[in-house]
Amino acid sequence: MYKIQKAEKLAENIFLMQVEAPRIAKHCEPGQFVIVKMDEVGERIPLTICDYDKEAGTITIVFQTVGASTEKMARMTTGDAFQDFVGPLGCPSEFTSEDMEDLKKKKLLFVAGGVGTAPVYPQVKWLHERGVKADVIVGAKTKDLIILEEQMKKVAGNLYITTDDGTYGRHGMVTKVIEDLVAEGKQYDVCIAIGPMIMMKFCCLTTKKLNIPTIVSMNPIMVDGTGMCGACRVVVGSEIKFACVDGPEFDGHLVDFDLAMKRQQLYKTEEGRALLRLQEGNTHHGGCGQCGGDQ
Amino acid sequence: MGDVLKKVPVREQDPQVRSENFEEVCYGYNDKEAMEESVRCINCKNAKCINGCPVAINIPGFIQEVKAGNFAEAYKVIGDASSLPAVCGRVCPQETQCEGLCIRGVKGEPVSIGKLERFVADWAIKNNIKPEVPKAANGHKVAVIGAGPAGLTCAGDLAKMGYEVTIFEALHQPGGVLVYGIPEFRLPKEKVVAVEVENVKSLGVKIETNVIIGKSTTIDELLEKEGFEAVFIASGAGLPMFMGIPGEIYNGVFSANEYLTRSNLMKAYLEDHDTPIVTGKKVAVVGGGNVAMDAARTAKRLGAEVHIVYRRSEAELPARVEEVHHAKQEGIIMDLLTNPVEILGDENGWVRGMKCVKMELGEPDESGRRRPVQIPGSEFELELDTVIMSLGTSPNPLISTTTIGLDVNKRKCIIADEEFGETSKEGVYAGGDAVTGAATVILAMGAGRAGARGIHKYLSEK
Repeated sequence: MYKIQKAEKLAENIFLMQVEAPRIAKHCEPGQFVIVKMDEVGERIPLTICDYDKEAGTITIVFQTVGASTEKMARMTTGDAFQDFVGPLGCPSEFTSEDMEDLKKKKLLFVAGGVGTAPVYPQVKWLHERGVKADVIVGAKTKDLIILEEQMKKVAGNLYITTDDGTYGRHGMVTKVIEDLVAEGKQYDVCIAIGPMIMMKFCCLTTKKLNIPTIVSMNPIMVDGTGMCGACRVVVGSEIKFACVDGPEFDGHLVDFDLAMKRQQLYKTEEGRALLRLQEGNTHHGGCGQCGGDQ
Repeated sequence: MGDVLKKVPVREQDPQVRSENFEEVCYGYNDKEAMEESVRCINCKNAKCINGCPVAINIPGFIQEVKAGNFAEAYKVIGDASSLPAVCGRVCPQETQCEGLCIRGVKGEPVSIGKLERFVADWAIKNNIKPEVPKAANGHKVAVIGAGPAGLTCAGDLAKMGYEVTIFEALHQPGGVLVYGIPEFRLPKEKVVAVEVENVKSLGVKIETNVIIGKSTTIDELLEKEGFEAVFIASGAGLPMFMGIPGEIYNGVFSANEYLTRSNLMKAYLEDHDTPIVTGKKVAVVGGGNVAMDAARTAKRLGAEVHIVYRRSEAELPARVEEVHHAKQEGIIMDLLTNPVEILGDENGWVRGMKCVKMELGEPDESGRRRPVQIPGSEFELELDTVIMSLGTSPNPLISTTTIGLDVNKRKCIIADEEFGETSKEGVYAGGDAVTGAATVILAMGAGRAGARGIHKYLSEK
């Protein structure tokens, strides 16, 4: 069992948990992820790592509730435990194996969308600890959905916050901020964009126009996370890659986002059904279009 | 007394009924049937059947005990050679191994060795008989990677010799292919697999789940920092292969590994488990091996019309005859001499069909099987909503790329010798699918035994 040392609600539907997992913490690098399974009947869910402490032996995860399993997970609290917690999975971010001197000369731009701020944080922190300053754009729909601002401020070079509705920071999408920064004369060698699929897609369209090589982190459907099932196939260039072992980070200008978004719909109906069962329990008598209860 | 040239028939669940449930297909022998069948063994002095068994069970030895009604003694005889008899009695390809060499088979049917082994193992489970506890610990620590058939066998053998063994398993449950691959209706998970895993644990073997060697830690660390003196790699088959035809990325195309893992390991077929599975109304399984039959029969039980699409003819199907027979009985449609060339999708990215061509058999190829050749102008479309690719696997590079000095061959399989499982790295042994590529449970177990012998030899000479 993997005990939860701290559980916190960061924003509406976004939760943070610090979990005891010494083996994973010891080997964890930025860019990697874990798979968790709550209990006996639970799903295996891939989650991004928001932070890790090699000494304390802990991994911090951040997740958004999107279906029945994550809803159930959000109800867990300090002292509860995950039945299974495995990792670190996937390849570490490319820059972790780059020559430090070369890396220090590079201008890096991170673009974080919504809950994608969580996996961006350990990357920026890793660079900060090695004296590399990276600019960071954090975007969300509205003020209340901006997460980890204080933590990010401590490790980022320049931090630019933006909200779609203008309730906090700049007004507009992250793509607008990228364009504005470049228009202001900023130059970037690499952009690392992590967030919802649609946001990464538009980031890549923007950076392609601006000629900035871009890395994205894919979070497709997975089962085992070790390469065994092949559920996480993504089309990169002309190749089919497995996100769990070849990624999760890929050249964003080569990823086929439209296909990736369609693949995310795969279990929509099954997941939707499970969510209704959880929320409405025995009181569910139809209306979902699936159970036939309204006939 | 029946016909002495024929096996005592085994009772099975009715095909119509079982194609809608996940209960075990074969009921196995009862005491009376087993004793009746055991009489057919003529107890050859030079028993050829033993040579056909990868773990060399004393087959006439245990059958003589069954004949005398000494079932506990029979279990002991099997246990000397096999840690997983209830598993093997169910999934071994006996027809090409022990039973294939049985002298009775020359004129008539061979002795039903598999069903007798299963009977003895099930009897032991029912009567709560445990394997004998090993002699005192010898103080040497050995790590085994992977809790599948090869790993469990190696660990069991080493524990019996007094070694302190820890198995590191990547998934959340031990068993490997026995839990994620082979379906419940062929190999019950609670009643059989879990009990035999517990038996291995009762020998003193520790199993640590959720540890991915190459990620959570490495072999070099196990040897240098965690105090293990030797390692046995039994990490299994690896990454599923696809055909490389257009459309394989569409929703509704799965690897057999994914489909079976969802159903078997994650129990997606049970209402109260959270993992989803696409049931499909019309499913094609591409491939003709045992895994293809398992995937097809699973899809059938989930309510689909199921087609096996295979490019050669029935005679070349790599699956066991029994599995093909069971699949057909359950209503699986065999589209033989048929090869997919493209998967067709709808505007939402879902499978709507598969373009196939008809094949005919030409000259034999290097495998000795007649090569399938496309019949010109034979293209046609199958209307489908789900395609399951069951084409085998390629080795997982996780361990070979993170272990210093571990050599792999051209196909990226770990190189290990057959007799002792010795690899290019000192103290590191390997066996099972990680070495041979996808094979059978019993061959992996044979390799596990070899690895245990190799490690024992290495550590006693060190």
